[in-house]
Amino acid sequence: MTTDWQPSASIETLRERARLLARVRAFFAERDVLEVETPVLGHGGSTDPHLASLSLKATTQGGCERLWLQTSPEFHMKRLLAAGSGPIFQLARSFRDGEVGRRHNLEFTMLEWYRPGFSLSVLIDETQALIRHVLGRDPGPCRQRRYRELFRTQVGLDPFTASLATLCQAAERETGMDLHDAERDACLDALMAFVIEPHLGQEGLEVVVDYPASQAALARRHPDPEDGAEVAARFEVYWQGVELANGYDELTDAEEQAARFVEDNRERRRLERSEVDADARLLAALTAGMPSGSGVALGMDRLIQLALGKTSVAEVMAFATPRC
Amino acid sequence: MATYSTNEFKGGLKVMLDGDPCSILENEFVKPGKGQAFSRVKLRNLITGRVWDRTFKSGESLEGADVLELDMEYLYSDGDMWHFMRTDGSFEQYAVDKKAIGDVEKWLKEQVVYTVTLWNDNAIAVSPPNFIELEVVETDPGLKGDTAQGGSKPATLSSGAVVRVPLFINEGEVLKVDTRNGEYVSRA
Repeated sequence: MTTDWQPSASIETLRERARLLARVRAFFAERDVLEVETPVLGHGGSTDPHLASLSLKATTQGGCERLWLQTSPEFHMKRLLAAGSGPIFQLARSFRDGEVGRRHNLEFTMLEWYRPGFSLSVLIDETQALIRHVLGRDPGPCRQRRYRELFRTQVGLDPFTASLATLCQAAERETGMDLHDAERDACLDALMAFVIEPHLGQEGLEVVVDYPASQAALARRHPDPEDGAEVAARFEVYWQGVELANGYDELTDAEEQAARFVEDNRERRRLERSEVDADARLLAALTAGMPSGSGVALGMDRLIQLALGKTSVAEVMAFATPRC
Repeated sequence: MATYSTNEFKGGLKVMLDGDPCSILENEFVKPGKGQAFSRVKLRNLITGRVWDRTFKSGESLEGADVLELDMEYLYSDGDMWHFMRTDGSFEQYAVDKKAIGDVEKWLKEQVVYTVTLWNDNAIAVSPPNFIELEVVETDPGLKGDTAQGGSKPATLSSGAVVRVPLFINEGEVLKVDTRNGEYVSRA
């Protein structure tokens, strides 16, 4: 008899999960942040070269169309911001093809919220407060680290100025991978994933800021106070070696956004990945005007996993992908 | 042979790495915040039995290995080689060398069925059943009446393995032993 009809989380864990989700809602209700629900399907998808989107064919008013399953609720939520919603949050089911493992599941719950008028540092404070509130305990002191500083102290090189050859050698030495034809970002990602990340957030929350400009995604870029090099106005929150949240000082410039979509699809072609339809309605919304501000996406299943002391996200999901 | 991409790596898949056939034990998906994904893979080298940790960029691929695991009955040893026969009715025999037998030599018993791993039709490894029944050929005399817990002594079994057994066991008795940890289970 097969037992894989059973949930991957115990019923008791699902009760705990519901309790933690209720805390999220209480946190935002207290702060007058509106809960919204937006579609998981869209005419445009995420062009991020390192995200694999799922798509499907649907019959709609427009006939038979290709629709994309969201990798995060970002585009729809930004359109609400442009329409004057004010601060909003969403617990949104998101999908990323191929992302399967202890910390990943093909579909997962993203907690995403947007704060018009907030600077990145104010949103970092609020993200910590949210995590504390959900945990119901203090995860330890919060430290802020610059991406560049982490590489200098833990890898012994400057990630912005080191030559590609130096980065490749360091990444090959640390991971044993063959990276002779790798790009800068691939080497940086390898070092981040295998050398730096495992040590982050071991004594409390650790927030990494000032990412390389090439890793800006949908964040603004600004000059590094140290030497004026361009950095991405982005942060990531780590706890116990696990990346929990990713926040941006949001890009609001429609032209810059359109250029990044084109750049992403060019990179996708180079990596022999299929192109993704850029979201024309997001560009139209940015043209109409989206208020400046910051937004953050937090992996809710990971936070629940850590809060409950489990070893994989599957243990806090009713039916993880292998059992769906 | 087919090639397999990291997203097809799963437990039990046999692939070639550095010229040796390996069996994938675990494949962990690793992805820093945003950016390139990687696979951290644990593989058992089927020739040496060693476990390797390797990291691959997502989408990299390895060639499959022509590896078969077959049930075979142990027949005899001629001193240099150990001879096994398939149990599928083909009566096909395979000779296994010292290197491939390794530690399993001490668990060999005629007519017992073992799993023999073949690579390109050559035997490269043998694994014993989890439990095997073997006769005690040498041990200190048993203590009468001692059937309770406490105390053990070494006993040499007919296959050559030495295991710790309770004090009440005597020479000539047949024991059930767990080959995974070399522990006495019960009298057979």
